[in-house]
Amino acid sequence: MEKKERKGAVLFSAYKRGDGIKKVLAKSREDVLLDIRESKLKGRGGAGFPTATKWMMVAAANSETKYIICNADEGEPGTFKDRVLLLEYPELVFDGMVIAAYIIGAKNGIVYLRGEYEYLKKSLEDYLESMRKDNLLGQNILSKKGFDFDITIRMGSGAYVCGEETALIESLEGSRGEARNRPPFPVTTGYMGHPTTVNNVETLASIPHIVSKGGEWFKKNGTDKSTGSKLFSVSGDCRKPGVYELPWGTKISDLLKIVEAEDSKAVQVGGASGFCIPKSQFNRTLAYEDAATGGSIIIFNESRNMLHILKNFMEFFVEESCGQCTPCRIGNVKLLEGIRMIEKGEYTFNYMNQLKDLGRTMQVASKCGLGQSSPNSFISILENFKDEIFNGNGGNNGK
Amino acid sequence: MLVLEKNAMTEEIELLVHKYGKLRSSLLPILQDIQRKHNSIPDFAQQEVARLLDIHPVEVFSVISFYSFLNTEPKGKNIVRLCQTITCDMAGKTGVAKALERELGIKFGETTKDNKFTLEYVNCLGMCDQGPALLVNERVYPKVTPERAVQIIGEVK
Ligand SMILES: Cc1cc2nc3c(=O)[nH]c(=O)nc-3n(C[C@H](O)[C@H](O)[C@H](O)COP(=O)(O)O)c2cc1C
Ligand code: SF4
Repeated sequence: MEKKERKGAVLFSAYKRGDGIKKVLAKSREDVLLDIRESKLKGRGGAGFPTATKWMMVAAANSETKYIICNADEGEPGTFKDRVLLLEYPELVFDGMVIAAYIIGAKNGIVYLRGEYEYLKKSLEDYLESMRKDNLLGQNILSKKGFDFDITIRMGSGAYVCGEETALIESLEGSRGEARNRPPFPVTTGYMGHPTTVNNVETLASIPHIVSKGGEWFKKNGTDKSTGSKLFSVSGDCRKPGVYELPWGTKISDLLKIVEAEDSKAVQVGGASGFCIPKSQFNRTLAYEDAATGGSIIIFNESRNMLHILKNFMEFFVEESCGQCTPCRIGNVKLLEGIRMIEKGEYTFNYMNQLKDLGRTMQVASKCGLGQSSPNSFISILENFKDEIFNGNGGNNGK
Repeated sequence: MLVLEKNAMTEEIELLVHKYGKLRSSLLPILQDIQRKHNSIPDFAQQEVARLLDIHPVEVFSVISFYSFLNTEPKGKNIVRLCQTITCDMAGKTGVAKALERELGIKFGETTKDNKFTLEYVNCLGMCDQGPALLVNERVYPKVTPERAVQIIGEVK
């Protein structure tokens, strides 16, 4: 999909670099925060934490040194909207970081870019350099005395778990990307022990629009609990895959029409960590309060083997678990073994139910979001597609 | 490693430490630069990084072993990574994988005898709307067919 073909209410609407920063510098930090709170913007990285609340905590923290980190580790299977934002809309992401820095009082910003996106690094660095030339970064930004801020780009090295904010901070500090116990949260004890806000690329990219046009304007789209619009990375069986900006609250069936998907059997909402939604539930809505997603939408048509899909997801989690805690390290291996048993037709229903219970235990007992959400696919696919999977034919449904 | 090579490596790492600063947080950028240049981080380099950053060599090894893009054992000059995630799989990953294996005469996870290519699988490359996707060193190739994949590796030196 070309940039000019993309249309949307917020992110894909017109914006000129620097405009949001100018607006903000004319106001007090408190007023800007109020506007963002009014918008009820929630984090786009998956967890959906209210952005204004997070920034208020960092703004209130008593520390000389604070950090704003842009989480560009985008590794959830089926997600690619952050790549599109970074490549084609860098003005939104970086202006968003500058505005965040002004609000929380940070002098340093870091973009944690996944290793797989190394090919974006050069153009992003050139872009930052052009912002420095225009005094949108550096000392006394846009002549605002004492407002100094700059951004550096740091690379990941191929580890999905580093997208988890505390693992990301560990990685930046030069350690293995192993998630930390929380509390303390990064807002008080983040990068190098300093108050830090970690935000998704899309969350930051929404900010320049919100501060330019107001929280009320932003709320015109979406639902009460999920305000504004959202970028969806659509892939799989459809004629028009790509990144779409749609209001929160869009029905899955409507999205399928927009992307010209036919003969759909299931939609994976939220990537491998998300849920698999069968045809009978296509009237559900995409929203934090219903089918929540960081943006990944993968469509499967009638010809697809659901067990094969599930196996692909579980292999992913077995590879990407950091191995730090037992429920996730061992649990994912057990779930994958269970899938292999079904493939061979060597399973008992009793054991499969035990595995689903194990999955529920992992959801509560794992240390970080990876192990807490990896059983989601396992449970939802085995439950929603049991006719197809348990037909005594190795899950192949005769195909 | 020859003494001359060792000296060159030490000098290189000193420069990197100077560039990024003598801080633990510089470890990953330093390792990434060594990896980029040498396609692996040999024992001697690990020791030197540890010495110059004043941390234990085991720490350095432990960090390297965590990240799939860093490795201690030598790999081929060009690393060919095929996305194995479900959308690329549905778009025809298996055909591309087989073509690459046949053409290079190796399996995934292996390196060709002339050390020119290493074949690996990788998780989601973020090209799901344009699969199957192939990452050759740092460059990404969308919508790869078996034939195109073979052509791509023919183009890299
Ligand atoms: C395993 C795992 C991977 C994650 N990957 C990402 C990611 O790639 N990008 C992202 O923004 N958030 C990711 N998150 C969520 C982050 O921990 C964090 O909630 C988010 O960056 C906060 O930003 P937001 O409030 O703007 O959404 C991940 C979480 C987990 C548990
Ligand atoms: S849940 Fe998994 S990824 Fe998270 S800390 Fe535990 S082992 Fe590591």
